[in-house]
Amino acid sequence: MGGAKMVDNSLIIRYNCGVMKIKGAKIIVECLIEQGVEYVFGYPGGAVLDIFDELYKAKDSLAQILTCHEQGACHAADGYARVSGKTGVVLATSGPGATNLVTGIANAYMDSVPLVAITGNVSVPLLGRDSFQEVDIAGITMPITKHNYIVKDIAELAATIREAFVIASSGRPGPVLIDIPKNIQQELYEFKAAKPVAAKQAAVEFDAAQIEAAAHMLQNSERPLLFAGGGVISANASDKLIQFIQSFDIPVVSSMMGLGAVSHEHPLFLGMIGMHGHAGANKALIECDTLIAVGTRFSDRVATNRSRFGADKNVIHIDIDFAEIDKNVPSSVYLCGDAAAALTRLGGAMKPVKRAAWVKQCQKHVADFPFKSTGGALCARSIIGAVRKLSPDTQVVATDVGQHQMWTAQSFGFKKPRTFITSGGLGTMGYGMGAAIGAAFANKSRVVLFTGDGSFHMNFNEVVTAVKHGLPIAVFILNNNALGMVRQWQNMFYEKRFSSTTLNLPTDYSLLAKAFGAESLVLEKNADIEKVVAQALACKGPILVDCRVCHDAVVLPMVPAGKNIEDIIINK
Amino acid sequence: MKKHLITVLVSNKSGVLTRISGLFARRGFNIDSLVVCSTEDEHVSRMTIVVTADDTVIAQVIKQLGKLIDVIRITELDPEKSVSRELMMIKIHVAATQRSEIETTCTIYKAEIIDLSPESVIIELTGKSSKLDAFIELVKPYGIIEMTRTGLNALHRGKQSISSQ
Repeated sequence: MGGAKMVDNSLIIRYNCGVMKIKGAKIIVECLIEQGVEYVFGYPGGAVLDIFDELYKAKDSLAQILTCHEQGACHAADGYARVSGKTGVVLATSGPGATNLVTGIANAYMDSVPLVAITGNVSVPLLGRDSFQEVDIAGITMPITKHNYIVKDIAELAATIREAFVIASSGRPGPVLIDIPKNIQQELYEFKAAKPVAAKQAAVEFDAAQIEAAAHMLQNSERPLLFAGGGVISANASDKLIQFIQSFDIPVVSSMMGLGAVSHEHPLFLGMIGMHGHAGANKALIECDTLIAVGTRFSDRVATNRSRFGADKNVIHIDIDFAEIDKNVPSSVYLCGDAAAALTRLGGAMKPVKRAAWVKQCQKHVADFPFKSTGGALCARSIIGAVRKLSPDTQVVATDVGQHQMWTAQSFGFKKPRTFITSGGLGTMGYGMGAAIGAAFANKSRVVLFTGDGSFHMNFNEVVTAVKHGLPIAVFILNNNALGMVRQWQNMFYEKRFSSTTLNLPTDYSLLAKAFGAESLVLEKNADIEKVVAQALACKGPILVDCRVCHDAVVLPMVPAGKNIEDIIINK
Repeated sequence: MKKHLITVLVSNKSGVLTRISGLFARRGFNIDSLVVCSTEDEHVSRMTIVVTADDTVIAQVIKQLGKLIDVIRITELDPEKSVSRELMMIKIHVAATQRSEIETTCTIYKAEIIDLSPESVIIELTGKSSKLDAFIELVKPYGIIEMTRTGLNALHRGKQSISSQ
């Protein structure tokens, strides 16, 4: 976005004393511009009319992206933030507009995504009277935001917005909500432009004794393993981490959120661990004597049985959020702070070593357990593999939630940080389409979305948004006519009682695409995969690919919930 | 599991109590008592929270509280290095004939009769929680009509304060 900023004289009142007063709504927009916001994802309504009016006037400075539903807008802001590393911004009206953001905010909260959500509300005198489209969104979002505000005094408006951006991006990032009643948007107040304040940096001063203890533990370890989480990516610490593992010859595994932090092609990278992790990577995890976990919270998808996880080894935990230390898995030593800074300090206290035998042993485990075809006439894993083969290293891939997500995590082979855009903590079906849109705005090139027929039907309305903006999003619908992941659990743990998981939706994806103005393709057999994938990846705008995969395919390996990693199921 | 005494300085803004109590509820921490009061600084409120929990849980409580933007300072008070007091008002059935007997009990406990009716008295008592508990046991036979306790308030002994830490 470029061009000169329009000056709107009609809203500027100059007083004798020279103090400039502008509308609250304009203060909001000025603050967003000040923060370098490129896109405001959102949906208008009665309580945000004034803000949208100011956005209209400021359209040369920042773009307003209208979605079909506030949830899509929130996921788009989230996807934008994950790809760009900048804070995403979403704007919605009061009442239902605000409540439609809730899933998106919770999703960003669980995955530590920097997001500023702005909602309008009824005027202050109407608050608390069950007014039309009034909802206590600050109360509702309290448990799913880093912090939230209701601005009841225009004097605090600019400072609140500036503070929200600092909080969203500082330390462990996360969403912040600002609820702004309509009268605050309409009142006049003086506005002084200010430079954005940088995110607060976490302390880089680590306790010398802790550094020494961790360095000693790692230096003397025979079988160390580094476990990279999503925090490595949000801290932009990939390069530092790769340098670290190379210097000390430490094999690395990752959580789903950590995929891309280290390229899957790196000889020290073993794969994802956890419930649907690589069997070889999980085996290395069992065998290691020292686990150095960086930017991860040991979620129950990794530490499936947290009381046993890591109990027989040294655990060095590096995290920026002090509350994550010893929350799920107790640490032997911890370093609380920025991941890159911690690795630099730790590395500085160690001597380079070679651990050829251990590395070889880990690599053998990986080679011993290749992922198997998902079966049937069309193999989902092969489609994912073909996209990898035919796309650049920097290809951004979004997913929804379910089997397709796990196959993508296992088999795509991510090479760069910020290229895998997926709902980790909340597991939000319907996340993908909105997220892919936000991702496409952020990286300004093609985005691939792997979704399922279940997830896609939750929010496919946003295909229209992609069409309207001509976004090159290739949507691969791994259509198995079922809610595959739930069906898999029913298959394995509920004696095949397929309650409400057989979809057999009558949707004709080519007609649906046509109705929305998108392109479409059908993929039915393995022999056509490369041809169809190549066609889809050449499409200028959004394209839906109906990939008719088998409904009995399962995601393996699998560690059943609550069980130990040793209980991994490798074969059907 | 033992009782922990946590003192928190928070911004004096609306909704802060909800943030704190909501955090306790959703993370499954139990509050024995919680006292909120104003401080020498009008922008700051002080909360004194008593939590029964094991050491790992209390560490989580403190870390999670520390993440709240409105929490300014947080400390766990050592019972040996702090003083704590609670105030109770208790209304009991006391016939005129039993009045001198209850007055003696009050004198021993340094409690005060602050209201009197032909059949009842209200007694005010300040002290450590254990003292209040003991007093309740003692007057139970008379018949407790109703009672209220403030919950525990506590301060560091000596010159030290939560702000100076």
